[in-house]
Amino acid sequence: MSDVVLQSIVKRYDATTAVDNVSLTIRQGELVALLGPSGCGKTTTLRMVGGFIPVTEGRILVGGRDLTSLPPNKRNMGFGFQNYALFPHMSVGENVAFGLQMRKLPKADIAAKVKTALDRVKLSHLADRLPKQLSGGQQQRVALARALVIEPDVLLLDEPLSNLDAQLRNEMKLEIRSIQQQLGITTIFVTHDQDEALSVADRVVLMRAGRIEQMGAPDDLFERPASHFVAEFMGVTNLLAGTLESVGRFRLKSGEVVAVPVAGLSGDLALALRPERVILDGTDEALLANTLSAEVEFATYRGLVIDYRVRLPSGVTLIARRPSPAVGGPAPLSPGRAVRVSWQPEAGTLVPM
Amino acid sequence: MGILAINRIYAALSALVLAFVLLPLVAIVWVSFFANRILSFPATGYTLGWYVRAWEQEAFRNGFITSVETALVAVAISLVLGVPASLALVRYRFPGRDAIQTVLLSPMVVPGIVGGAALFMAFIELEVLLDVEIAGTLPGLLIAHGLIALPWTVRLVTASLVGMSPSYEEAARSLGAGVFTTFFRVTLPIIKPGIVAAALFSFVVSFIDLEKSIFLVGPGRTTLQIALVSYLEWNLDSTVAAVATVQILIIGALLIASDRYARLARAF
Repeated sequence: MSDVVLQSIVKRYDATTAVDNVSLTIRQGELVALLGPSGCGKTTTLRMVGGFIPVTEGRILVGGRDLTSLPPNKRNMGFGFQNYALFPHMSVGENVAFGLQMRKLPKADIAAKVKTALDRVKLSHLADRLPKQLSGGQQQRVALARALVIEPDVLLLDEPLSNLDAQLRNEMKLEIRSIQQQLGITTIFVTHDQDEALSVADRVVLMRAGRIEQMGAPDDLFERPASHFVAEFMGVTNLLAGTLESVGRFRLKSGEVVAVPVAGLSGDLALALRPERVILDGTDEALLANTLSAEVEFATYRGLVIDYRVRLPSGVTLIARRPSPAVGGPAPLSPGRAVRVSWQPEAGTLVPM
Repeated sequence: MGILAINRIYAALSALVLAFVLLPLVAIVWVSFFANRILSFPATGYTLGWYVRAWEQEAFRNGFITSVETALVAVAISLVLGVPASLALVRYRFPGRDAIQTVLLSPMVVPGIVGGAALFMAFIELEVLLDVEIAGTLPGLLIAHGLIALPWTVRLVTASLVGMSPSYEEAARSLGAGVFTTFFRVTLPIIKPGIVAAALFSFVVSFIDLEKSIFLVGPGRTTLQIALVSYLEWNLDSTVAAVATVQILIIGALLIASDRYARLARAF
């Protein structure tokens, strides 16, 4: 059993606290994404698990064993680096063999395991090449094979896709996920990209300023953000500040009163509304409930969709996203046009400021 | 003013500076072929005789051997001390780090003559204290040359290490390598160009040193540079120019070789 337990981890550098009391349990075979903007402490947390940075306070346990003060070479963890960190003076095969040589395995076993590991990432034919002769995607695969061949208890990946171009990133994302599930290896995956986190992880841990802001299944964070920060990070572009007037009635700072789902919250709140849920010139008034008049201020053509910025008479702006004519969407609206802005009350989520 | 005009002015200035640096060297090489018995202008004829005469001078031959031996030991000392020191300075943060870095680089900024005098006096004090001979002995000279070479090694190796992402070492550690295995199997091969350059450069700065050595050589054990100065005291002919020409060739070759291995410019 190799579940990973972080118990109240703290990392302080002189005056600053990089990681502030993070507690987290990652179950055997689970892939957890540590997500957050740069400086939120996600990489520091990962590096503490890997043993590259000593923890200031707290404990790290893997399968019940306390690893807090063990050096990285005694932790049996595979680490994937942002720059892959393949040894430039060793061939692909030698890179993969390195960890097995450190474990003093017999030569024949090493050769067999290296072959299996490279087969898994479909690169056995490149075993004799030097890393610099490979493409970025191939280097990433070798790095993955090298980290996995030692049969680590835990796989740690630090922004593994950030150096790849968009198409390759998608491909590698799927490959990492499929290998991870095949092997059933407990994995921590650090990224700043919410889309990446949502698509690979069993569970997403969103960090902010050294603390865990929210954790849960991808759809939890995406559909039920617990704070203004989470909603914003998850790509909700409409966040309207205001207060609850009565149950289901929300008064925006700018004066409009709109219908919202019932929520057990009070005080300063924000209504989080995805741009896809904001409907322009909708017809089914009964269904939409919230309808305000506005004016198109600006249109951004984005290929599959067009984003409209619309302004209410009070000055508040909203973003509405509609399919573009390329995918059968309605004809574009030009700036200056008067429109009706509507949304269903259930489309909004109230979050604390 | 157009970019072209600026480029031309820049090229002209560069040529001027280059000429300023190179002309004395060219003059020495030229003079080494003069047939004049006493060094004077213009040349009365040309000869290779001074090269033969230089080779016949025992002081130069012995001096050359002493200089090479000393420089080789200086390289060894500077690598053994300088590589671990650079590693610690680049990879770790610890109290007194800046102070140690300054001390390691200081032989480069203290004028050679001052450093030589200081070493000489320190050696004398030590001799009194320990009752062993140091000043004027081979070990004394070797220590001094190790110090001459050390800052250059630290600079070049530090530059290589700064250019090497720590993730290579971390990868090795996570794969199960201890600190020493990581150093010998990963760090050292990756920074090898910097180490070769440091060795070659250390050799050169030790080989050409005059100021520190002059305090520390003993009877019958002079370096080539000191033999040259002694020769100049009583002779004014082209022998010295001939020896200098040979040295220019050797040092030039070493510097080109070390630049091939690691861009020296990175260390300055």
